[in-house]
Formats: sequence, structure tokens, C-alpha cells
Amino acid sequence: MQRIGVFVCWCGSNIAATVDVKAVAEALGKEPGVVFFEDYQYMCSEEGQNKIKNAIKDYALTGAVICSCSPRMHENTFRKAAAAAGINSFMVEIANIREQCSWIHKDKVSATEKAIVLGRAAIAKLHLNAPLTAGESPVVKRALVIGGGIAGIQTALDIADAGFEVDIVEKKPTIGGKMSQIDKTFPTLDCAACILTPKMVDVAQSEKIRIFAYSEVEAVKGFVGNFNVSIRKKARYVDEVKCTGCGLCTEKCPQKKVPNDFNLGLDQKRAIYIPFAQAVPKIATIDADYCTMLKTGKCGVCSKVCTAGAIDYKQKDTVLEEQYGAIVVATGFNPIELTKYDEFAYSQSPDVITSLEFERITNAAGPTGGTLLRPSDGTHPHKIVFVQCVGSREDGNGCGKTYCSKICCMYTAKHAMLTREKYPDTEVYVFYIDVRTPGKNFDEFYRRAVEEYGVHYIKGMVGKVSPENGKLMVRASDLIEGKQLLIDADLVVLAAAIEPDKSARPLATMLTASMDTNDFFTEAHPKLRPVESPTAGIFLSGCCQGPKDIPETVAQASACAAKVIGLLNKDKLTCNACVAHPDEMLCNGCSTCEKVCPYGAITYESKEFRMPDRTTRIRRVASVNPAVCQGCGACTVACPSGAMDLHGFSNRQIMAEVDAICK
Amino acid sequence: MQIEEKFEPTIVAFCCNWCSYAGADLSGTNRLQYPANVKIIRVPCSCRVNPMFILRAFQRGADGVILCGCHPGDCHYTTGNYYARRRMTLLFSMLDFLGIERERTRLEWVSAAEGAKFAATMNDFVETVTRLGKNRRLEDLRCNK
Repeated sequence: MQRIGVFVCWCGSNIAATVDVKAVAEALGKEPGVVFFEDYQYMCSEEGQNKIKNAIKDYALTGAVICSCSPRMHENTFRKAAAAAGINSFMVEIANIREQCSWIHKDKVSATEKAIVLGRAAIAKLHLNAPLTAGESPVVKRALVIGGGIAGIQTALDIADAGFEVDIVEKKPTIGGKMSQIDKTFPTLDCAACILTPKMVDVAQSEKIRIFAYSEVEAVKGFVGNFNVSIRKKARYVDEVKCTGCGLCTEKCPQKKVPNDFNLGLDQKRAIYIPFAQAVPKIATIDADYCTMLKTGKCGVCSKVCTAGAIDYKQKDTVLEEQYGAIVVATGFNPIELTKYDEFAYSQSPDVITSLEFERITNAAGPTGGTLLRPSDGTHPHKIVFVQCVGSREDGNGCGKTYCSKICCMYTAKHAMLTREKYPDTEVYVFYIDVRTPGKNFDEFYRRAVEEYGVHYIKGMVGKVSPENGKLMVRASDLIEGKQLLIDADLVVLAAAIEPDKSARPLATMLTASMDTNDFFTEAHPKLRPVESPTAGIFLSGCCQGPKDIPETVAQASACAAKVIGLLNKDKLTCNACVAHPDEMLCNGCSTCEKVCPYGAITYESKEFRMPDRTTRIRRVASVNPAVCQGCGACTVACPSGAMDLHGFSNRQIMAEVDAICK
Repeated sequence: MQIEEKFEPTIVAFCCNWCSYAGADLSGTNRLQYPANVKIIRVPCSCRVNPMFILRAFQRGADGVILCGCHPGDCHYTTGNYYARRRMTLLFSMLDFLGIERERTRLEWVSAAEGAKFAATMNDFVETVTRLGKNRRLEDLRCNK
């Protein structure tokens, strides 16, 4: 028989205002096995914890029931207090009488009754508790960063700076991400490449960082501290070690008609290419879909011109198996597909472009060498219309997104300002729903665009864009003036909403990390744990968690690195103590549990058993690896013979709770 | 004449630790009211709920049982809620066959961010079960001694 102490917390007036705490303590004091009861204003305070510790010692308690706030809040606090008083920390049960009782009820009588029932259930469960010991598992002192954009780069650099090894997996042939495609950055207008490429070089030169470019994560197994990750290195058909990045092959390749995805298809590249001059790693890659040699076996020009002998047409994908202690997701964003927005004629006219395409056109390394020219005829546009919120802040029933993409207001102001600065003869119109510029020096920046640069900001939405005689007729409404407008524009730039990268969803499934309805990764706590996923060991960096601009992304990336360093700095992690365990006498070796286990924690082994007739028999029985088991309990219910049970949430314990509630 | 007392059903709610229990906590933090008839039992995952627990609840006099888990695809343990969904579909239709109305049992997906949904679900469930009245099926009178 257990000797149980009941501790009822007032939580100031949070509980005591709706629940008669004294009545609860007295009622629970009459339960079988309860030898001590007490109520106190703040059980979680040092004084309150001392009361628990003293009672455990004075009354030789074997367990404690704390009627207080949610176990998600203070379970650990009370477990530590119990352990300090000399009993096993798992001999503590919490009855949640705040979040699930006092805060949701107004009637004191029924709330008190409910609190007593919840307390009874906790006592009934505690009667069946047994001391548990959590195992320990070692931590692999290396982190994996998935995604090599500015978020991934910053996280990797910070982790490496603290002395830990980091691997970056990037699906494109080079790291750099979206920031490498951008021309200038708001609100300072410094050139994106000038601030990004030194960081890329730092990554390449760091002894602690390995870059797996042109690679993808294929499978993730394991748990915090011990992830086993399969990384597929896609075939570049170029030997990474031998290639010097001289670029001769990219000049001589006869296949010139390959859409250049780095420039968003605005120009063409060769079948063997280096995405941009400052690429890291600077290695050529053959596009297998276009390479004549790979398709027909006749060409081989690149192989002939390569003095390093790096071209290898027979290269195959390789799959690497690596081990990591922590995984950082930095998969970033993409602008949404605009094919469904026919009213803006995006698919009808080449002169209707997205903002990211506009970045490439104004970029000195872009398809036009930085001169603002119309994609259709290469002439200089004299009237440009920017349309904001294309696909953002919609009602959710259409093809757009319900959220604000956050960065569009600022980059549109930047584009408008830069256009007016470089080409003062150009008229610039911006159509907006609201202008949102919260951020350091952001509103000043926007006001400069309006006041100093004379950009026409018009509140209203564009209804239709129709290409007519080489012009784009923009029909829009001006909500403030209350009139319809018709503008004969030369170029229309759409601020497309941003969405998480398509690779994020399958990755989340692999990592068992949760996502919201928009496929952004969910954080462990929206305010207090913004860079961690609820899944232990998975961290979030950059736009995969929500739309962000560059300063915010870098800040989050560094915060994320700090969390990873904290984890990698530990030598051992405490495992989950509430693990499954089979009753070997009942187990018939059917393998059902093995199939439902999501972690592969269950294996089978042949064991010798002494039978009642003194013979020995060898039987195949289940065995659970406690370091791998996460304690979901899938096996306990799947087991047809009822041999599997879960520590901390055993069949009998839950039944006892049911009984106590239904009494 | 005797005034009939308002029927107060006994409702057992099984909530998974990662989504629904957190959702229930959130509804508390936001002070969203729902009846005191609902008593929550915390389980690690919706797949931990053995059909036996639900049968036991009805045997002991529960009038309704609700199981809440993470949304499909969001299970903390990857696949647990799929097992729960299959199991409960089968169990609930069997209970219906035994005379425990389909409305007395419910499976609901509540995420950690859906405090409002949790409260709304519980309000609706309690109302439904109250309308149905006391459950007598499966009730084992020996338990009440």
C-alpha cells in the first residue's frame, strides 16, 4: 500500500477563486492510502516545494498527488522536488485543476466537485505507479542544416563558431538561396551579393562545415541526439574534387538552349553550368535533361575541353549515411505559382513579371546586365505598375494565401525607389491594400519612396491587366478617390505571395515535425520557444517557420544556432522513462507490435523459458530498446495477447483513472 | 410533486499529450468555458487508448466518451492517430450495434493551437449526450455497490 500525500495549490486566486481548495484537500484526505493532505497558496514556490519535501520525509510518503496547474507547466518542478526528498520522481501525479477546471468553470460547487474527481483519479493512478529510471543516450556532436540559404548559412556558421561540426544539405548546385538572386536589400539598399557572398566563402573555408550541395535528405531515422540521416548526392556528372570551377566547359558546351532557372527562365544557359559567378562550391553541373552526351551519347565537348579531367558521364547518385545530434530545418520559401491569376495576364504577356523576376532584371549579373528592359522587346519601360498582395491576405477560398507575406510592401517600395532613381523619366504606380512597414527604419524608407522619389501609391486593387498593342492596359480602382483608373503600362510587376518550399511537407513527415495549415513548420511555443519544433532535436530557421525578411531571418538563424549549441554541448541526454515493456510469459512472438512501432524500437529474440514441467523451451519474444522507444503506446493496444504495457501509462493505471472518474 | 433534477452526464475525454491535452490547456488559458461534466485523462497518444478503456468507462456508468488526438498527418509519433482512427471506427460501430448510440462516442482532432475548437467540441458533445439521457447499456450495476 502506498502512503500518499495530497497537495492542493491555490495558485493565488487562479484556483482558489473557483475551487474550494480546503474542501478538495479534506475530501481527498479521506481517500484510501492518503496519509497527509495540505493546501497552500503557491505549491510551485520554494516554500511550497519545501512543504512537499518535508511532508515526504516526515510522513514517509511513497508518492505525492499535486492538485495544481497543467502537468505541462510544473510536472518537472514537482518531480525534482520529490526526487530531492528521496523518492522516485515518477511517484508524482498531477491533477490539473487550473487549466482544466478552475479556469473553465464559473460555478464553485461543480468546479470543486470536479477538482475532487480529478484528484481521485490521480490518487487511483498513483496507487499503481512504480519507480522508473530514465536511461541515458549519448549525443552525436554534429548538426545537420537542411537548406543553404541565408538562414542555413548563418545557423551553420554560428554552430561551427562554437566548435561543433555542421553539414549543410542544399538541393541546388550552390548554396546562397533566394538572397543570391536578389539585387539590393531594404532598407539600407546595400547589394545582396556584397553581404551574402563573404558569408558563403566563410562557409566554404570553415573546417567545421561540410557542404553537400546538389543533395537531398532522403530518410531520417532516430531521435534527438542520435539521428541517422540518408543524404542523396545527386549526380553532377562532374568530379567534385577535380573540378577547378574554371568555367571553360560552360563556355564551350554546344547545347545553349537550356532555361536558366537561376534567372527564373528569363534567359538561357548551357547544359553544363555554374549557376552564378560566386557559387559555393564552384563546381560545374551537367543538366541531364538537356545534355546531348547523356541523352544520345554523341558530343563530349566538355570532357575534351576540361583540362582537369573532371567530367564523368557515368557518375551515379550516391547515398550517404550520416549521424547527427540535431537537425535544423532551413528550407525557405518560394513565390507562389501565378498561373491561376489570369486577371493579371501573367501567362499571357512576358511583360507581366513577378518581383523576383524584376530583381533578376535589375541585377547587374542578371539577364540584362542590370539595365531595366522589357522582357518582350528589350525596350526601356516608361510606365511601371506594381501590384501588391497578389495571392496574400485572401479569404482562403480562392487560390491564394490567408496570411500576409510580410516582405512585399518593403521590396515593392525598394523596387519603385530604385527605378525612379535610375530612370527618373519612368512613372511608377504601386497598388496596395495596406502598406505594412513595421521594422527598424522601414516606414522611413517607404515614406522616402513616396515623398522624395514621387512614386504614385494608390490604395486599391487591380482588376484586370490586358495586353493591347504592346502595352499592358491596367484597369484598377482608386479607393480613396473613388474612381476607376486605366493605365497604359509598359511593365507590370506582381508581388506574389510567398509559400514554404515544396520540399518542406515531405521533410516534415520524415522528421515527424508538425506543420500548420499553410505548410509552415510549427514552433514548440509561439512566444517562448520560437526556433524549436515540438519534436525534440528539430530546430527551425528562417522562412520555413513563417514569412520573414533578411534581418529577421538572420536573427532567427542565430537564435536557432544557440539552441543547437546548447543541445550539442551536452554529453548525454535523459531518455524517456515511460517506455513499453512486454510480459514475456504472455508474448507469443507474433510481431504485431514490431509492425506498428514507428521507431523500430521492438526486436525479437529467442529466449529460454523453464516450463512448469521442468523442461526448457525456446520461445521467440518481443524486446523493447528503451533508448529508442518514445512511449507512444501503439504496441500496447496492437498486441493481441495483451503482453505489451507502457510504463507510466499502464493499462491498469488508465483503467483506475476511468473508474475514479465514473464512480 | 417531485421536481426532476437536471441530468448531469458523466463524460470521459481521452486526450493525447501533444496536441489535444495542450489544446485543452489552451482553452483554459483563454478562459473558454465548457461544462464540468468533462473529465480529461491524459494519454501519450490517441493510439494508446485501448478499446477496453472505453468499454470500461461505459461499464462504470459513463454517458459519453470522447477521444481527441492530433490531426491526421500531425501525430507526434507519426502514425498513432491513424491506428486510433481505424480502431475507433470499428469500436464505435460495434457499440452502436450494442445499443450505445453513435452520438455517445466521438473521435475528434484537436491541435495544440485549437483551444477554441476544444471548448466548442466539448460544449457540443455534452449537450448531445445530455439530450440522449442516461446511458444504461453495458452499465454493470455490480460496480455501483
